[in-house]
Amino acid sequence: MPIAGLTGGLSWAALIVIVPLVGALLTGLWPRAGGWVALVVALLTLGTTLGGALHVWWQGPEIHALGGWEAPLGIALVLDGLAAFMLLLTSVVGLFVTLYALGYVGRQERSGRFWVLWLWLWAAMNALYLSGDVFNLYVTLELVVLASVALVALASGGPALVASMRYLLLSLLGSLAYLMGVALLYGAYGALDLITLAEQVTPGHLLMMVAALMTVGLMAKTALFPLHGWLAPGHGSAPAAASPILSALVVKVSFYLMLRLWLTLFPDLATPALGVLMGGLGGAAVIWGGIMAMAADRLKPFVAYSTVAQVGYLALFFPFMLAVPGGWRAVVFFAAAHACAKATVFMAAGTLQRAAGHDRMSELADVMRGRPISSFAMGIAGAGLVGLPFTGGFIAKWLLVETAIAGDVWPWAVVVVVGGLLAGAYVFRLLGPAFLAGRGSPGRPIAGIMEWSTLGMALVSIALGFAGAASLQLLDATVTGPGGL
Amino acid sequence: MEPGGFLLVIILMTSLVPGLVIFFLREQQFALRTFFNLGGAGLKLALIISLLVGVYRDGKTYSFTLNLLPGIDLVLAADALSLLFATLSAVLWLVTTIYAIGYLEHSPKRSRFFGFFSLCVSATVGIAFSGNLVTMLIFYEILTLATWPLVVHRGTPDSFRAGRIYLAYTLIGGAVLLAAVVWLTVLAGSQDFTAGGYLRDLYPEHEWALPLLFVMFVVGFGVKAALLPLHSWLPRAMVAPAPVSALLHAVAVVKAGAFGIVRVMNDVYGIQLAADMGMTLPLMGLAILTVLYGSVRALFTQDLKRRLAFSTVSQVSYIIIGVALAGPVGAVGGLVHLVHQGVMKITLFFCAGNFAETLGIHRIEEMRGVGRRMPWTMAAFTLGGLGMIGAPPMAGFITKWYLGMGALEVGQGWVIGVLLVSSLLNAAYFLPPILAGWFGRPQHHWSQDRFRDGLLETHWMLLLPTLAVAAMALGMGLLASLSISPLYWVTFIVEFEYGYEHIWRAVFEEVDP
Repeated sequence: MPIAGLTGGLSWAALIVIVPLVGALLTGLWPRAGGWVALVVALLTLGTTLGGALHVWWQGPEIHALGGWEAPLGIALVLDGLAAFMLLLTSVVGLFVTLYALGYVGRQERSGRFWVLWLWLWAAMNALYLSGDVFNLYVTLELVVLASVALVALASGGPALVASMRYLLLSLLGSLAYLMGVALLYGAYGALDLITLAEQVTPGHLLMMVAALMTVGLMAKTALFPLHGWLAPGHGSAPAAASPILSALVVKVSFYLMLRLWLTLFPDLATPALGVLMGGLGGAAVIWGGIMAMAADRLKPFVAYSTVAQVGYLALFFPFMLAVPGGWRAVVFFAAAHACAKATVFMAAGTLQRAAGHDRMSELADVMRGRPISSFAMGIAGAGLVGLPFTGGFIAKWLLVETAIAGDVWPWAVVVVVGGLLAGAYVFRLLGPAFLAGRGSPGRPIAGIMEWSTLGMALVSIALGFAGAASLQLLDATVTGPGGL
Repeated sequence: MEPGGFLLVIILMTSLVPGLVIFFLREQQFALRTFFNLGGAGLKLALIISLLVGVYRDGKTYSFTLNLLPGIDLVLAADALSLLFATLSAVLWLVTTIYAIGYLEHSPKRSRFFGFFSLCVSATVGIAFSGNLVTMLIFYEILTLATWPLVVHRGTPDSFRAGRIYLAYTLIGGAVLLAAVVWLTVLAGSQDFTAGGYLRDLYPEHEWALPLLFVMFVVGFGVKAALLPLHSWLPRAMVAPAPVSALLHAVAVVKAGAFGIVRVMNDVYGIQLAADMGMTLPLMGLAILTVLYGSVRALFTQDLKRRLAFSTVSQVSYIIIGVALAGPVGAVGGLVHLVHQGVMKITLFFCAGNFAETLGIHRIEEMRGVGRRMPWTMAAFTLGGLGMIGAPPMAGFITKWYLGMGALEVGQGWVIGVLLVSSLLNAAYFLPPILAGWFGRPQHHWSQDRFRDGLLETHWMLLLPTLAVAAMALGMGLLASLSISPLYWVTFIVEFEYGYEHIWRAVFEEVDP
């Protein structure tokens, strides 16, 4: 594994963090140009993450010591398959959300704040994906949380404020639990670097304590059942341009961290009983979220409950990690498929809400008929959530079911199939009204770019349906612990 | 990949691309929409004919492969069986498109209708050309997705109820199918369809998994094939506009299910293995029950379209019976019915649509004396009905003849009794409307009376397609021994599956093998 200093010039990893960070500073200084800065940043970030991913693809994982100090002293940036995949996902979704936000935020009085927060959040997420030590991961995680809480609070009004406070408190509790885990690790092994730790940790009570603290903390941030209570009000009341970021990307960040820790530090702790427990919670989330979505009467909480359900599948990485070598890759691919579909649905929901002036599902039919582009995009994304071909969702569902059957843990296959049916039921509840008889009305005027960026995002979820093999190959280049799975 | 493989992709695109373009056309762009519709349908038919010539005369094979996941490919391939289904779909799509343009004249949301209609046809042709189970599953699910908007097209509470039931059945069927395909892929890898099947070597090792999987496949495909007890979505789906009922519910959707079962029997398990597992007899029993149940229900239904729908439930299971007989002659009877039933049933649905659009006739008793007002449509209805009964020289007679011969060949003579009972039932529910139509006393007033002053008895875009498919149904029976007949082509297919030279002698005694 090559350990490169800064002497070779700034590598992709550093650029990936620096570009959005500089963007955030520029928008802070110059709020009126926020949109244009964000667009340039989005394009550049997509370019640099593509460069980073290609680098991993051709030359394997890279560990980059920031400041020239090597671990355990320096700060390590790890660019491997898993990180590159998540970065790429973030920049693709990020680009379309930025385009959408150009239309949505427009020249509102507070638009500058949105751009600063969004680019700041983007930089923090990128830094988190690249961090290679547990303390750095904590810092970046806190940055992500603060930026996302502020994004929720941008929506004016009481409910948004209450929701963002609840989100903040739960997230802080989660961070605290995680931080205690970090402290225990440092006390026992005197190291923070993931790879160094992975070589030293031995299974025992201490490590189990650490694993429990960190996992529960991250579960709360991922909104994994039963710690999901904050998600629906938070994502439901956030501004339309922020909801897709939160639901598609931010919950995946803490999931990524959980996965990373289990792959490197705790693989020896994974037991079948733990797999059943975590998978069971995931299954409960799938059912509960589905039922709540069926019962929701407003569009955005409806979509948020669908996220609660779909996050449940992420928990399947516990049983899969044990069952099949590399079984976790199915879950990561699912996370990507969900991100694309969910971003689309939230973007379309925001458009419909603005056009209709409300988001009561029973009264949206006219606007849905009057805005065929958004409805069409929502249809594609809905197919992705159900797992119908040719979307990334289909490939993801295939991989999940295949992993469950190949690993001889077929009850999880049943969970995935039944969850897909439940998703079918609520997605068609969402789309059905668009086919009611009568004329549609486009409602209030909407910037065209909002609709077209939504359609573009939907087309990405179709493209993902053809990127299964490449994604898995990229994910193969992931740095795992000595007992790597 | 074979050099001609892209031809298959282009054939898929001839309906997919027009479909997507049509979505974004405005309602008033009638000419452009019609151009895309008919252009796509005509081009597809021309390309499939060139494919037929290539496969049959020049012995070429066509296949296209796209890697989806490690070890799992999207495979399009043209073999004799896929061409049978693809040709049927392409011919009937062209006819139905003309019919639908006439039928939906002046009705709202035509762009949406034709968009989804084209997507459905793409999915059907995709199923026909699927070269392995994964590909078939993909197009099968797309068919579900693309048909639902057509079922609810009218946007009334009734159509929404039908749409919900349709979705519930087909999504659950699709989920079962997904589980079965994934499971089989884990056991055997993702293999291409192979005449005679590819699972024989696995049977001793997985002697309970393979039969269970077979049942799952029958359930998954049986939902769309409307096998008992998974049939009840079909009669309800009749709230859809007539062209949808005609093409989709008489041909594309139910045939996709039946075609899937045929593929699984012939090219995944192989008839021999299916028989060894003890699966063919129960499947045949289920199909026979479905045949009889559908006929009895049709007999007691007074709504014309619903009666036709129950008749479809009944007739599609003939295909299953033929394949489940596990002998070459029976297979000929079953497969040829895939085409025959499609053409005859689309004739009947077109007629029902003509009656409803012209005179507002929806129920059997309203048909009294309609033969005087609409003799041409009534004649087509008569041909279709007689064909369903199995009266010579209609296409349906050919089917029943070979099913009976096939039953004798494998020593299951009792099946002939079932065929007889079913034919009697068919007669009992098709003869009354035919007799009433020709000889009944006409009502004083139809509930509506359109196109009275025209040269033809109804709109020409409704009448001509009806007459064309009726003529096809007659021609397939009369000219069955010609080398362009479906019967000849099916014999060609069955030869591959069974490897029997003598199949030609059994079917065409005068033809030199």
